[in-house]
Amino acid sequence: MFDDLRDLYQEVILDHGRKPRNFHRLEDADRTARGDNPMCGDRMELFLKLSPEGGIADAAFQGRGCAISMASASLMTETVKGKSPAEARSLGEHFRALATTGTCPECGEAIAEDMERLQVLGGVSEFPSRVKCATLAWHTLNAALDGGPGDVKEASSE
Amino acid sequence: MDGALAAGTAPLDVARIRQDFPILRQTVRGRPLVFLDSGASAQKPRAVIEAMVRQMETAYANVHRGAYHLSEAATAAYEAARAAVARFLNARDPREIVFTQSSTGAINLVAHSYGRGVLKPGQAVLVSEMEHHANFVPWQMLRNDTGIEFRLCRVTPSGELDLDDLAAKLADGKVGLVAVTHMSNVLGTVTPAARIARMAHEAGAKVLFDGSQAAVHRAVDVQALDADFYVFTGHKLYGPTGIGVLWARLELLDRMPPFLGGGDMISAVYADGFEPAPVPAKFEAGTPPIVEATGLHAAIDYVTAIGMPAIEAHERALVEHATRRLDAIEGLTLLGRAQDRGGVFSFVLDNAHPHDLATLLDRAGIAVRSGRHCAEPLHACFGQEGGTCRASFGLYTTQGEIDHLADALVEARKFFA
Repeated sequence: MFDDLRDLYQEVILDHGRKPRNFHRLEDADRTARGDNPMCGDRMELFLKLSPEGGIADAAFQGRGCAISMASASLMTETVKGKSPAEARSLGEHFRALATTGTCPECGEAIAEDMERLQVLGGVSEFPSRVKCATLAWHTLNAALDGGPGDVKEASSE
Repeated sequence: MDGALAAGTAPLDVARIRQDFPILRQTVRGRPLVFLDSGASAQKPRAVIEAMVRQMETAYANVHRGAYHLSEAATAAYEAARAAVARFLNARDPREIVFTQSSTGAINLVAHSYGRGVLKPGQAVLVSEMEHHANFVPWQMLRNDTGIEFRLCRVTPSGELDLDDLAAKLADGKVGLVAVTHMSNVLGTVTPAARIARMAHEAGAKVLFDGSQAAVHRAVDVQALDADFYVFTGHKLYGPTGIGVLWARLELLDRMPPFLGGGDMISAVYADGFEPAPVPAKFEAGTPPIVEATGLHAAIDYVTAIGMPAIEAHERALVEHATRRLDAIEGLTLLGRAQDRGGVFSFVLDNAHPHDLATLLDRAGIAVRSGRHCAEPLHACFGQEGGTCRASFGLYTTQGEIDHLADALVEARKFFA
């Protein structure tokens, strides 16, 4: 009955939705932000540990929501580890393009590997009401990077 | 007679009724539309659509202010709609009917006018845990502005209003107004309105019923209920959006100060003041929903011609069928098991978030609502902060559609397993 939904709910998404990676607090986080889509109830808290050079040394999250939002946050934390804040923000921009249009013509060779990992979420572009589920984690990432130590910035994609 | 009808002696010809609703003919993603979100907003019969178009094509002008033919025709139609609503609710007098933009608009009117103009600090407003935010937040705002206490009546685990708690919360005589739903938009629970009104009155309180859901599914008689305020909305009753109804006892409306100021609600304006118009104009500032009133009138004529008892009997059969089918689904939890309930079912399926489930059901052509249905406190009571899926029925809903939902839920559970 739902075979055509396998584009949206690929096995990778169901897997990350059921068993999100990096799903824990970072007690010594340097940056923290909360993402909240109050209309649909998706909610998460994102923790970043920065290296002495300012790069993202570690990323983790906690929260609850639909399979799309949890899988997106899980994949996001995996993707941004080791990136500079500028690289992470840029990936977020490209991801938003992917989530809203299904493709990313601007995505060059340099980020091909990262985008390939995120490509599984491209299916949401056909479900306008679900795009915000996929982008919440990336809005939350930007909020965390915008904040300073000790801040808890708020983000939403609604 | 009601009993005999409710037992099913007047079955609806649902197949014929469905032909009255043009939208139901369409397919969604190649499958026949199964529309199970009438509790959010119902579809419109051709009679409503055509009545509104006809007025705009032949008899439209602003009301109450023109000495020319078209304005007189539009005014007559608007006032005829008021009279139709009065008959629909068995109100004593059409002047007891105030048109608003929605149920939300009607409750806010009462919260501002009666709440701030008649209730006094030291008094309390008592609402229940199962209210829609529209009958919750305006009273919290009243508390914030005036210090009038905001009290909550509990809901039992089976999803009924806890009448012992209601009595306890009324006992000190401070409650000035009880504002509760006549039918929950999440649980489907139909509250014992006449009994609640009696309890409120014995404690010296007035009572407001939010009939947004109930007026669609049951015959409402405000005199038999002994209500003081009753509100409902057009768009859930197969009518248009943009129009709601406040019914209140004439003596209450007379005592209440105006809410919105503007044209039509005054009898005289001077440089240093104004005189409000008599009710109901006092509460209808600005150009009212003229075409929408005509649409609501047509919707009331439509359901009245079918017969509210017949609609109720049809829905009772649907409720029974849905309860049986949904209960049989492994891993599905229904919210609420009220004895007296209407065609609204909220549920969760293990392993499937409500939003994911709604997306899946959409692929099967089934429209359900997911989220917290403007009732966050109730979802918290039931430990379902993440939300639920809700299937709600209308007079055009068939048992076959419920079967389709049940079959899809079984498949959905496998999908997410």
